[in-house]
Amino acid sequence: MTIVDSLNGDTVENIKGLLRELVQIPAPAGHEGRVRQAIQEIITPHVDSIKVDALGNLIARKGRKAADGRHILLSAHMDEIGVIATHIDANGFVRFTSVGALFLRYLPGGHVRFLDGARGLVGVNIEPGQTKFPSMEQMFLDVGASNRQDCPVQVGDLAVFDRPMLEIGNRVVGKSLDNRTGVAVLIEVIRSLGESPHTFTFVFSVQEELSRQGAMTAAFASDAEMAIAVDVTTSGDTPQAARMAVSLGGGPAIKVRDQGMIADARIVRWMADSAEQAGIPHQYEVLELGTTDAQMIQVAREGIPSGCLSIPLRYLHSPAEMVDLNDLAQTYALLTRLLTGKAAF
Amino acid sequence: MNDVEGALEPRLTIGSEQLALLEQLSNTIGVSGHEDAVRSLVIEKIRSRVDDLQVDTMGNVLAACRGTTAERVKVMLAAHMDEVGFIITADEGGGLYRIERVGGLVTNWLAGKVVSVGRETLPGFIGTVPIHLLDESDRGRAVSMKQLRVNLGAQGAGRVSLGEVGTYATRFKVSSNTIFGKALDDRLGVATLIELINHAPANIDLLAAFTVQEELGLRGAGIAAYKMTPDLAIAVDSTPAYDLPVWDGSENTRWNSRLDDGPAIYVADRGTISDPRLVRHLVQAAEATGLPYQLRQPGGGGTDAGAIHRQRDGIPSVSVSVPGRYAHTPVMVARISDWQATVNLLYLALQRMDRTILDRSDDDYR
Repeated sequence: MTIVDSLNGDTVENIKGLLRELVQIPAPAGHEGRVRQAIQEIITPHVDSIKVDALGNLIARKGRKAADGRHILLSAHMDEIGVIATHIDANGFVRFTSVGALFLRYLPGGHVRFLDGARGLVGVNIEPGQTKFPSMEQMFLDVGASNRQDCPVQVGDLAVFDRPMLEIGNRVVGKSLDNRTGVAVLIEVIRSLGESPHTFTFVFSVQEELSRQGAMTAAFASDAEMAIAVDVTTSGDTPQAARMAVSLGGGPAIKVRDQGMIADARIVRWMADSAEQAGIPHQYEVLELGTTDAQMIQVAREGIPSGCLSIPLRYLHSPAEMVDLNDLAQTYALLTRLLTGKAAF
Repeated sequence: MNDVEGALEPRLTIGSEQLALLEQLSNTIGVSGHEDAVRSLVIEKIRSRVDDLQVDTMGNVLAACRGTTAERVKVMLAAHMDEVGFIITADEGGGLYRIERVGGLVTNWLAGKVVSVGRETLPGFIGTVPIHLLDESDRGRAVSMKQLRVNLGAQGAGRVSLGEVGTYATRFKVSSNTIFGKALDDRLGVATLIELINHAPANIDLLAAFTVQEELGLRGAGIAAYKMTPDLAIAVDSTPAYDLPVWDGSENTRWNSRLDDGPAIYVADRGTISDPRLVRHLVQAAEATGLPYQLRQPGGGGTDAGAIHRQRDGIPSVSVSVPGRYAHTPVMVARISDWQATVNLLYLALQRMDRTILDRSDDDYR
């Protein structure tokens, strides 16, 4: 698949550059400070005003509404899943629990990095004859210590997956592509946004991986007339995958429904019509497990009609999530078109 | 000179007066949704000490002690008045009643307990089979709610109605540094808030919320925070101490909190990632004043902070708990010294509070 002609040739490189920078910043839910600072530095010259709210959401405003314009809120969450130390044992091993929805199957052998820089790997103890997948109680972090006193980690310290970004052909592999891809695309949209009849609230939200508290509070504070979350979705294109009509390389997935919301039908149609008019490949997303910031925005105050543009992603919440660069570029193209054209209603 | 800065600052003492208050609170029944008796007691104790006092639509007691300095931070402290218990679901006649649980109670532990039931706090018990008549094979078997009855005796026939509630009839006791009682989760927090209202700092607006229905899913705290619109919030609760030996001699990795280690400061629980700036403020206040503290083991459980932090446009929140063994059973065991350190940690941390603690310059790590 080729990228549509209207794209600036540098778009893919720009998004890839952003991604490379953002992916290596640890930002487990509730501790998004460092990635927020990086985003704030990049977008401040391109917006009219910018602030950080009580929970740590980065909220930027841009544009003046024309007669036929709308106030549109866009939300991309900055946080990622991680682990938190619960106990340091006598031999210096760190016991832990999850921050956000961690899948045990992806943990053993993985590397982690604590916010203060300490590194470790996930070890696992399997009982002789055990046939069930090991529980979290059977796992531990080896941070190179040999006793409790030497251990560089304290109870309450947070860590995230530690892995450099990798390019495989036209695909990118890395930790926290959920949702640094959404963040990178939204930043690139903001940086290159031309004339628009709309006014925008851009939210880089916190704690999506917990209960979407950031989107909830940011939406409460806004008087937006409609909202779009920019996030990732799983795909159904791997061997024996659960049935899902989303594939890597198929273009942005227009969310119709997920576990937590039904997208506003007018926004779904707006997204699909805009993509068709511009010849942007796209697919429809019906997600059985998981939801996004849009769930909370939709029911904030007296309600904000909401939808979500999703980037297809494989191996969700693993240390090696995978996306297709064309999907990032097409998501950028569709989002830019949506924000500069006539709104859904 | 003392090498611990602030070691000579005035401290609050848990003495006979405070223990008498806790005794009254512990012995009073306030099952979730039926907090009336606890609420009346709280209001009686704080009425003359607060600048503003109201009871909201769900029954939360909302009190304010306004400070006197300029530029005051609005600090919400929340402690829940309710406790776990049971609700009457059927009258089977002759003083026998069927029940269902209210909040997190273990069914097996209800069997064979003395209870207090209904608006008249009638004495009763939940009977069980004496060992003489129990088959060997039934001894380890789980009990179901269908098997349990509250028995009020023949005189209790018809004296309680469906929907009335009850709980364990444990009476509060003190034994040197140790306290025993029911509902110390969270009457310890309630008593702490009352003590802080009695010594309200001048540099903040202290907004004290005595909340309802925490044990049913933090139902009261959210609307309390919505109404109070604080700059930040601290939930004051009780957390299980599970610092016991493991049966097979292995290392205890699930201690949650420990008796005698002082107030348990939360970094993360099931419902909240504590605001790192507030965790740091509490830790620094403890260290600067030489008070003991512990970080509660991150993981499950939750406090009113889980509902508070997501209100309106967000409220930075943290929790502090008094450690106690055997939570949600007929008796919790806690230490007077841990409670006193908790009261003092909050007292001294509040005095050190101004807007700079909400600075975002270095907010991603403690």
